[in-house]
Amino acid sequence: MNPESPLLEAQDLSVLRGGVQVLEVPALVLRAGSVLALIGPNGSGKTTLLKALACLEEPAAGGLRFRGRPLASRADREAYRKEVTMVFQQPLLFDTTVARNLDAGLRLRGVPGGDREGRVLAEARRFGIEHLLGRQARKLSGGEAQRASLARAFVLQPQILFLDEPFSALDPPTREALMDDLGAALRQTRTTAVLATHDRMEALQLADRMSVLHQGRIIQSGTGPEVINQPVNEFVAGFVGMETVLPGRVTASGMGLCRVAVAAMEVEAVGDPGLGEAVLVCVRPEQVTLSLHAAAGTSARNSFPGTVTRIVARGPFFKVELDCGFWIAALVTPRSLEELALGPGVAVVASFKATAVHLIKQPDCPVEVSGRIR
Amino acid sequence: MGLIWEGIKKAAELLWTLDPEVLGITLFSLKVSILATLVSLVLGGAAGMAIALSRFPGRRLLISVINTGMGLPPVVVGLFVTILLWRNGPLGFMEMLYTPSAIILAQTVIATPIIAGISLAAIQQLPADLRLQILSLGASRWQMLRMLATEARLPLMAAVMAGFGGVISEVGASIMVGGNIKGSTRVLTTATVMETGKGNFDTAIALSLILMVLTFSVNAVLTHIQQRDRPR
Repeated sequence: MNPESPLLEAQDLSVLRGGVQVLEVPALVLRAGSVLALIGPNGSGKTTLLKALACLEEPAAGGLRFRGRPLASRADREAYRKEVTMVFQQPLLFDTTVARNLDAGLRLRGVPGGDREGRVLAEARRFGIEHLLGRQARKLSGGEAQRASLARAFVLQPQILFLDEPFSALDPPTREALMDDLGAALRQTRTTAVLATHDRMEALQLADRMSVLHQGRIIQSGTGPEVINQPVNEFVAGFVGMETVLPGRVTASGMGLCRVAVAAMEVEAVGDPGLGEAVLVCVRPEQVTLSLHAAAGTSARNSFPGTVTRIVARGPFFKVELDCGFWIAALVTPRSLEELALGPGVAVVASFKATAVHLIKQPDCPVEVSGRIR
Repeated sequence: MGLIWEGIKKAAELLWTLDPEVLGITLFSLKVSILATLVSLVLGGAAGMAIALSRFPGRRLLISVINTGMGLPPVVVGLFVTILLWRNGPLGFMEMLYTPSAIILAQTVIATPIIAGISLAAIQQLPADLRLQILSLGASRWQMLRMLATEARLPLMAAVMAGFGGVISEVGASIMVGGNIKGSTRVLTTATVMETGKGNFDTAIALSLILMVLTFSVNAVLTHIQQRDRPR
C-alpha cells in the first residue's frame, strides 16, 4: 500500500432518519496513523458519521473505500468490521468477567486461545485494570468499566479505532486520567483513530486533525490550532470559544494590518482584507484585559471604554460582559474582579492586541454600514 | 372438616406409595407441558427477538396483539383448536383431536405469546448500542443474536418459566381438545376436575397438591432468578 494513500475514504455519504437527511459528507479522508476528532454540539451528526464510517449504519447514499478498495458487498463490510472496532459512550460490557469481556472480540474474530491470553493481559496492564480481570463486569465503577471497554478495543489491534465520546459519562478526575492513558495508548500503538467529542480540549489533546460538524455537515477541517485559532464562520468561532463575534466593515488595510469599523468604534486587527469588505471580528475572552483607566504605553492596539453589564462564574474565573458600544466578554481572575471592584454598571476599559483578533470574511451584504463609520 | 382431613390423609398415602395412576398422570402432564413450552420457546423466542430488532410498518400493532395474547383465556384457545381439529374442520384430516398432540398444540398456542412478549421486552431493555458494539467487535449476524440472547438470559429464562407455569396449570384447553381420556390424555388439571366431580376428594386433593408443588417450584425458581438479577 502506498503510504500516502488514505486508509479510509468516504464519498458523498448521506444518512436519512425517517426521511430526513441527518448527515451529508461529500468527502472525508483518514490517513494511517492519524487521529481525527469530529467535534460539534449534540445532535450535529458526530455519532451518526462515526457509525457510518464504522459500517454500523447503512448510508442512504455514498460509500466507503478502505485501503483504496470500495466496501461494496455485505461480505466486504463484515470483513471490514473485523479490522476496525468502536468504543461507545457507555462501556457496554457483557455480563461476565472482565477477562471474558476483553477476550470477546478475539473469540469472535477466531484468534487462537494461546495468543488471546497474552494480548488480554497486555492491554489490561496498559489500562491499569489487571487486578480487575477476575471481577464481574457489572460490579465495576464507571471509570473502570470504560477502561475495560477501551482495553477490549485495543486488544483487537484494530486498523481504525472509532471512539464515540468515550469520556462524557465520567466525572472530571476520572476523565482526565483516562484521557492521558488513551492518548499514550494511541501514540504507543500508532493506532489510527476517529474520536467524536463535543469538548474542544479533549480534541486538541488527543487528535492531530479536527473536523467541525454542524447540522450533519462538516463545516471546517484542519489541524487543531488551525480550527481553534482560525474558525471559518460564526458557528465554529462560537464553538471553539471565541465568544465575542462582531460584524464590521474594513475601513483601512495595508502592511498586514487593518482597521475594522465595529458599531461606532474601530478595531485594529492583523490581516489584509480588502477595503470595504464585510468581516466578523472575533476575540477570545481570555485575550481581553480590563483596567480602570486607559493605560498609557501598552502594546494593546485596541482600547475601548465601556460599562460592565453582567458577571458570570466560569470555572475558577469570571466572565465579565461589557457594553463598549458593542458587546464584548473578558475572562478575569477572582482577584482582578476584587481589585477592580467590578460589578454591573462599573466603568472600565477593555484592551486587546491586534494579534488577538481573528477576522472572518463574510459574503458581502448589500446593507450599507458606512453611516456608522466615523 | 372431616372430609378434608380424610382427603389429605388419603392423598398423602397415594403420594407416599407412588400410586401408579397418579404417577402416570403427573409424568404425562410434565411431558406434554414441557414439549409445548419448548416448541413455544423456539417460535416465541424467535418472534420476540425478530420483532425487537427490526422496524416494519404495523410493528406496534403486532406488539399489542402479542401482549394481548399473553392473557389469552385457555378456554378460548381450546374452543378454536377444537374447531380447527374437528373432523370436518380445516385440520380434521390429521385426526388429532383427543390425542396428546392436540393438547401440545393448544398449550403451544397459549405459551407462545407469553414467551414472545417477555423475550421481546427482554431484548428491548438491552442498551440500544449493544447490538452495534457486538457487531463492531467482529460478530456475524448469528453470533450477534446469540450474544444478545446471552446478555438477556435471565429475563429469557423467566419467559420460559412463565410459559411453562401458564400451560401446566391450565384446564380449559386440555379438557376440550384432549377429552380427559384415561391413560391417554388425562393431565393433572383435568383429572382434578373429574375426581372432584365424582366426589373422590382424596384423589383430587392428591392431584392438586402435586400440581401446586410443581407450579410453586417453577415460581420459586423464577423469583430466585429475578431477585438474583436485582442487586446491580
